[in-house]
Amino acid sequence: MKRTRVPPAIWLLAALGLLLFLLPLAGLIVRAPWNQALGELTDPTTTTALGLSIFCSLTATAIALVLGIPLAMILARTRGTLRNILRALTTLPMVLPPVVGGVALWLAFGRRGLVGSPLYQAFGIQIPFTTAAAVMAETFVAMPFLVIAVEAGLRSLDHRYEEAARSLGAGYWRVFTRVTLPLLRPAIFSGAVLCWARALGEFGATITFAGNFPGRTQTVPIAVYLALETKPEAAITLSLILLVVSVAILVGMRDRWLGAL
Amino acid sequence: MNRVRFALVALVLLTACGQPAATPGGPARTTLTVFAAASLQPAFDNIGAKLQSTQNIATTFSYAGTQTLTTQLTQGAPADVFASADVAHMTTVQSAGLLLSQSALFAHNRLEIAVAKGNPKGVHSLADLARSGLVVVLADPSVPAGKYAAQALAKAGVTVHPASFEQQVTGVLSKVAFGEADAGIVYHSDIVTGRQVDGVVIPDAQNVIADYPIAVLKSVENQAGAVVFVDFVLSTEGQSILTSAGFQGA
Repeated sequence: MKRTRVPPAIWLLAALGLLLFLLPLAGLIVRAPWNQALGELTDPTTTTALGLSIFCSLTATAIALVLGIPLAMILARTRGTLRNILRALTTLPMVLPPVVGGVALWLAFGRRGLVGSPLYQAFGIQIPFTTAAAVMAETFVAMPFLVIAVEAGLRSLDHRYEEAARSLGAGYWRVFTRVTLPLLRPAIFSGAVLCWARALGEFGATITFAGNFPGRTQTVPIAVYLALETKPEAAITLSLILLVVSVAILVGMRDRWLGAL
Repeated sequence: MNRVRFALVALVLLTACGQPAATPGGPARTTLTVFAAASLQPAFDNIGAKLQSTQNIATTFSYAGTQTLTTQLTQGAPADVFASADVAHMTTVQSAGLLLSQSALFAHNRLEIAVAKGNPKGVHSLADLARSGLVVVLADPSVPAGKYAAQALAKAGVTVHPASFEQQVTGVLSKVAFGEADAGIVYHSDIVTGRQVDGVVIPDAQNVIADYPIAVLKSVENQAGAVVFVDFVLSTEGQSILTSAGFQGA
């Protein structure tokens, strides 16, 4: 089969788009103080922030999977106005400036918040300034990416496979785990990757709701932001480390998880 | 196809979620651009309004932590005037060769403990901040207010375990005002103009006085306006605006 020729204009625009991604990356690589990189890598501030970032982003992704897939299933079943309202609510964190998201989390889960206030008065639990708050902020901001991806996957799913399984006597959960989930694997995977990437880069909601404390809530983006003002070389190195770790995890997961995508 | 479209939308949204870079002023600036420490906002907003009405000079302010402004300036952000919350950052900008003229000290500020209205936790001194169960928030040591707070705590011989290090002093103030933190160390001027919190005085022996220098930058486009602005800040009228906002005159 002969493929249609792509017009030069498309090539040009694509190249410009790619440059927009590549030039800042080149800037980081060129300006990185490579002789200090090793020292920076073993610096406790870096390792602590990196460890916390990986932990928080993976936990947020796990929570998003557990809560987001059911949410997507409900979304995929609804129609009309209800669907539009549910969808708008789900995607709200995508349009909300993350800092506003952080304030909203405060108003809900802070010591004087809707849920946070009774929680604090009854059990003395304060969520802000804890690692749990950082995970919540990341989940809040990142989960929509997963929900949208899985919902799209569900809508394009061929339901005849599920019906066939059911007609052969499989119960709801058996159909769900043996037929629906495997069919949804590419959608879940791409949604989870986007969700994780967003969680890893999260800054605004985290610093607002969780604050900044090394080892507890200081993730790599926050450490980069603070280092930028005191030791810019460290900030560049830290950014590169985050980049390398992200690429490594993405490539690694792709090989392990994916045959079809 | 659906997946491709989704991926595109998602990418656009992902890139839109970054940290907004505050670099006001395009290539052609007709108004005056002033980079000022976050703690100066109430006083400088007032001064800006005064200059607008009396001299017809329009001013755009970029308020942020002094350390953020310093980074933006050394990275080439265009501005006319820089007002810093400490001498160290002004020196950084000066050694980068970015000042048009010598800087001048125009105000001082004392530190104070911010607590919720009515001081429900009964905080009366820096030593009280070390109490367990008290949620204390400080500015990050890279921020002038955080550096000063650390000095004051060292003078008082107090070790606190803060819940968070904020990126600017106003972050400390808002966390106390929202009731998320029980106490924080801010400037006296923040408490005077903030009005949502109460202040607990720190005695002179433990206090640290912040010095605020101001200077015209080499990247100045509206030099006449910039000079008028700096002169007004140093004038009797400007000083009285600063004093009523809780600063001490130069």
